[in-house]
Amino acid sequence: MEQALVDITLILDSTVRLAVPLILACLAGLYSERAGIVDIGLEGKLLAGAFAAAAMSAVTGSAWLGLLAGIGAALLFSGIHGLASINFKGNQTISGVALNFLAAGLTTFLGQSWFHRGGYTPQLSGDQRFNPITLPFANELRDIPIFGQIYWELISGHNIITYVAFIAVPVTAWVLFRTRFGLRLRAVGENPKAIDTAGISVTLLRYQALIITAVLVGIGGAYLSIAQSAGFNNNMSAGRGYIALAALIFAKWRPGPALLVCLMFGFLDAFQFRIQGQSFPLIGEVPVQAIQALPYVLTVILLAGFIGRAVAPKASGIPYTKER
Amino acid sequence: MTALPRWADVILLPVLNVVLAFLVGGLIVLAVGQNPIEAVGIMLYGAFGYGSGFGYTLYYTTDFIFAGLAVSLAYHAGLFNIGPEGQAYVGGLGVILIGLALNGTHWAIVFPLMIVCGALFGAAWAFIPGYLQAKRGSHVVITTILFNFIAASMMGYIISRILKPAGVNSDESAPLEAITRVPQLRSFIELFRNSPVNLTFFLAIAALIFVYWLIWRTKFGYAVRALGNNPVAANYAGISNQKMIMIVMALAGAFAAMVAVNNVGGVQGRLILNFVNGAGFVGIAVAFMGRGHPVGVGLSALLFGILYQGGQELAFQMPGITREMIVTIQALVILFTGAMGDMLRGPLGRILTQPDPAPGGK
Repeated sequence: MEQALVDITLILDSTVRLAVPLILACLAGLYSERAGIVDIGLEGKLLAGAFAAAAMSAVTGSAWLGLLAGIGAALLFSGIHGLASINFKGNQTISGVALNFLAAGLTTFLGQSWFHRGGYTPQLSGDQRFNPITLPFANELRDIPIFGQIYWELISGHNIITYVAFIAVPVTAWVLFRTRFGLRLRAVGENPKAIDTAGISVTLLRYQALIITAVLVGIGGAYLSIAQSAGFNNNMSAGRGYIALAALIFAKWRPGPALLVCLMFGFLDAFQFRIQGQSFPLIGEVPVQAIQALPYVLTVILLAGFIGRAVAPKASGIPYTKER
Repeated sequence: MTALPRWADVILLPVLNVVLAFLVGGLIVLAVGQNPIEAVGIMLYGAFGYGSGFGYTLYYTTDFIFAGLAVSLAYHAGLFNIGPEGQAYVGGLGVILIGLALNGTHWAIVFPLMIVCGALFGAAWAFIPGYLQAKRGSHVVITTILFNFIAASMMGYIISRILKPAGVNSDESAPLEAITRVPQLRSFIELFRNSPVNLTFFLAIAALIFVYWLIWRTKFGYAVRALGNNPVAANYAGISNQKMIMIVMALAGAFAAMVAVNNVGGVQGRLILNFVNGAGFVGIAVAFMGRGHPVGVGLSALLFGILYQGGQELAFQMPGITREMIVTIQALVILFTGAMGDMLRGPLGRILTQPDPAPGGK
């Protein structure tokens, strides 16, 4: 019983750790897709953010400057995406695909040119990283059964970005559904013409959405390299941007469900590490690959409309052209 | 949108976009303190300067032609197929299964069967997103991305748990015997020594010609283009859009699977983990750069072949530059020829149409 509780707490703890970059990237995608900009490029921005954060942190010794650099890199990528898809009215999907390759190529190339470690950035330690924070009374309450255990393992002891990610969910819900900006953001993704008629700039709104996207996904990237790990390595985003995109579809572009889906995908990830090589009664050994593929398979099934229907914002992917 | 003279639209604009992509790439190389001109020189030597280098260039070109066709064929029907990577991977299963079943048989019999069997597997894998797009309205862009990941997991399982013979450490299938493998050109042509280019190269050339015929010379191709240009009109003209989407996706998957014939059948002679290694994604850049036309696809595949083989040489000769610079160039090409393809259209239109005032005012 005691051991089972410890096991469960540990799995949930790593669920939280693995879900953080997904939550940040998913919320990031939510802002731009709600504004009518398809963002296949989340993966690339996550990777670019991770690299810039680790590189800056390694050079300056400050995790906070690293975080800023991560956001900066994501902003740069968002800017290119905006230029291509808002100003030049190009194909947003193609632009996103290009950004993903750009990040994959540039991070390795620049990493090798700058640090000469085969694409790795130098190992980070101390203030170069975001370290775990012990919440108040965590030590004192630790010995209380169940509650103390959960408080110590699960709630306390994460780094600051983790808490930011979880706070960003209600904030996003509030911004989206309770503020004028949120209303306009949703409107520009559904019917940009109405926004234009109301005398509000579609271009400006969409750029604002892209900026929020970049800030969130940049933080997510920084989490990967300077909070969860101690440095950048090649392709360290490893498809998380795509998983976040899948989670966004799964959550039907809503912040609350986005959190739940990201936690679910994070749990699958944690679970997969846990059960490697273990045998279960009745079903025997579950192949790791089956669990790895599960988020993608589930999303396909959802997209196919077999479990509910995921309908994207109406104007998503369509560049807006003002009538003359 | 400004109307350009046809020659400018078909040749000048795409060439300018590619030049722009390479200029930006050159600036990045310059920014890290390396000489881009010297880099281009080394790459060209690596790609053409000696026999086996040239052979490697053609080997890469073969892959990129098939992947490029898989993307452009779908694009003609208005579908963005991001899945050649996974389609080629699953195609590899078809190639190795028939190869192992007939292991020891002469290649002249096995080679055509590898093509058919690989094509069937690749087509089946691409058919599912096609079906979901046609019948359930799931966007093919998203589903093909997801299917790349699903393919990676599925094939990882199949290779490491089912095909891997007992007592082998690395994750790969049993090897094909030499006589069963698609013969490499070096066995006929001394020039290509040590390079993996094989008979599949000629299959790629044939595929280019076939696609030209299919898209521009047949009723089927007309239907594909009609669907891509205006699905509503195509529907009114009596074309079944749903059926076309499924057929085109399956066909695209079949072309992607030929990457597997080249690699599994002609080079490695066994199914290894992640053998596609990004070739499917290069197809996206190749298709946009080549504007979906077989001549363009052939030329851009060759250019990327030069980049990949030359990039290998570059990594040896200039330690400051890694092979990933190629991925960066690939990204810039997709960005400038695909996403920002019309950026120069306005300025170019103004320059080209200035001398003769348009009749009838605006």
